[in-house]
Amino acid sequence: MENVSNQQIIDALQGQFGEEAIYGIAESHGILQITTEVEHIVPMLHFLYQHPVLKFQFLTDLAGIHFPEAKGQELGVIYHLHSLENNVRLWIKIYVPIEKPEVPTVTGLFATANWMEREAFDFYGIIFEGHPNLIRILNVEDMDYHPMRKEYPLEDATRHDKIDELFGR
Amino acid sequence: MSEVALVNNPNVGLDKTPKSGPYVNELTTLNLGPTHPATHGIFQNILTMDGETIVDAEQTVGYIHRAFEKIAERRPFYQITTLTDRMNYCSAPINNMGWHMTVEKLLGIEVPKRAQYIRVIMMELARLADHIICNSILAVDTGALTGFLYVYQWREFIYEIYEELCGARLTTNMGRFGGMERDLSPVAIEKIKKLLAELPAALKEFESMVVRNRIFMDRTQNVGAISAERALNYGFTGPNLRAAGVDYDVRSLNPYSSYEDFDFEIPVGTKGDTYDRFLVREEEMWQSLRIIQQAMDNLPEGPYHADAPHYYLPPKQEVYRNMEALIYHFKIVMGEIDAPVGEVYHSVEGGNGELGFYLVSDGGRTPYRLKFRRPGYIYYQAFPEMIKGSTLSDAIVTMSSMNVIAGELDT
Repeated sequence: MENVSNQQIIDALQGQFGEEAIYGIAESHGILQITTEVEHIVPMLHFLYQHPVLKFQFLTDLAGIHFPEAKGQELGVIYHLHSLENNVRLWIKIYVPIEKPEVPTVTGLFATANWMEREAFDFYGIIFEGHPNLIRILNVEDMDYHPMRKEYPLEDATRHDKIDELFGR
Repeated sequence: MSEVALVNNPNVGLDKTPKSGPYVNELTTLNLGPTHPATHGIFQNILTMDGETIVDAEQTVGYIHRAFEKIAERRPFYQITTLTDRMNYCSAPINNMGWHMTVEKLLGIEVPKRAQYIRVIMMELARLADHIICNSILAVDTGALTGFLYVYQWREFIYEIYEELCGARLTTNMGRFGGMERDLSPVAIEKIKKLLAELPAALKEFESMVVRNRIFMDRTQNVGAISAERALNYGFTGPNLRAAGVDYDVRSLNPYSSYEDFDFEIPVGTKGDTYDRFLVREEEMWQSLRIIQQAMDNLPEGPYHADAPHYYLPPKQEVYRNMEALIYHFKIVMGEIDAPVGEVYHSVEGGNGELGFYLVSDGGRTPYRLKFRRPGYIYYQAFPEMIKGSTLSDAIVTMSSMNVIAGELDT
């Protein structure tokens, strides 16, 4: 255990997909995070799953995220992988434009991605191509927007008792 | 899986499907839920039945969705603790502590040893309460009501201990960033000692009634089984994964809050069926008692919270007497203190699996994005696969043994 270093993961991925495919490399409390292109995500997860040493065979979580200011890369998906054998975690991030938020599904590899992707679709409108049943999961079916996007403020904008200025914010 | 269930259930051998007449080859649609007394929570399953056998199931979730992740993006960190209570409300202190530890990781607060030990005690009490609820209700679903009422007294007693520490019973809001809001009181210590002395007898009696009970074994063995490979692929964690034979426990693999100081075993099952899930939870209760005993024996002296005035809410008496305390109290309550920029993931072993918090902070007073990894949400999607080919009564027992909590499922 603990015999796989983060550098080893980067080297393995860069050896397979080329150096330009892996960027945004950072570390957060020991967890390696990388960013990649949309077209690499499915081959990359398959590669990490089948790698004889790394064995990232557990998808802990999949989170959507919205950055309205990043033009052309507004919506993001973060895959939280865990190699239980080596006890190493890895985050892989991909970003897509909000006009065409299409990401290939990973349900073929991880059965658990099914509801996680449905949740990301429900709240962020990310379309997972090839998903067996991409419908809303927690919100009502006839909702016509994706509520976790940043353009929907939580509180009623017409209220005047909670103006930030009054609180010095 | 389904074949195994059919072979071992003596009733299934009798072929009850009509061989002639108007009902041959006719599938029935059955609505199980949303509010059904046997499902303990708001779950809807639209079952397709062939006679008494389940052919297919379609789940609907989200009946009590409360948009916690969206609300969290507007609330100061300190006010999000109350949201975490309402996820897995059977073991709320674990959720609270998990959230506190996530924020402490972001802020870089070092928690004193005594606070970590008190947290361990409270988290293990919460695990005990969670498993008592799950296992005794599983017994009720198979027809044993007496044992349920008997051990439920102890769940009530655990809630009394919570009350001593935080004043609340179910939605606890326990602890603060940096430690606990108050130390273990003499009454709390006395109650924990009473629990340690008297719960084993009750637990033993409950086990002697259920574990080798012929009816219980017939109803649960080979029912709702899942293999280790499928369980991992479905993202199972916690007792449900361990029942399938995988010894993944966050407490031992990635120890937090001084879990590395304690000596405990991780029980695993072999078949991943309802009976194994029951036994794993039962053994985990014994291990929890062991951990609490060790924590009480070795409880370190010292402060029960970190010296982090920017984030730790000062005691109320101080707020009235001390200028700095008043300022910090105001700033914390109004959410005027910015958090550093960063991204953290922290997970704890919740009552039913790995409970994770993925927090993205852009340096503001609220999280930019907060994602809860709820174990129940993730493993509940395997339910149709687990019940296909079994009978309706087996489906009820399977769901009961999976420990799916509606509040956690729907956030």
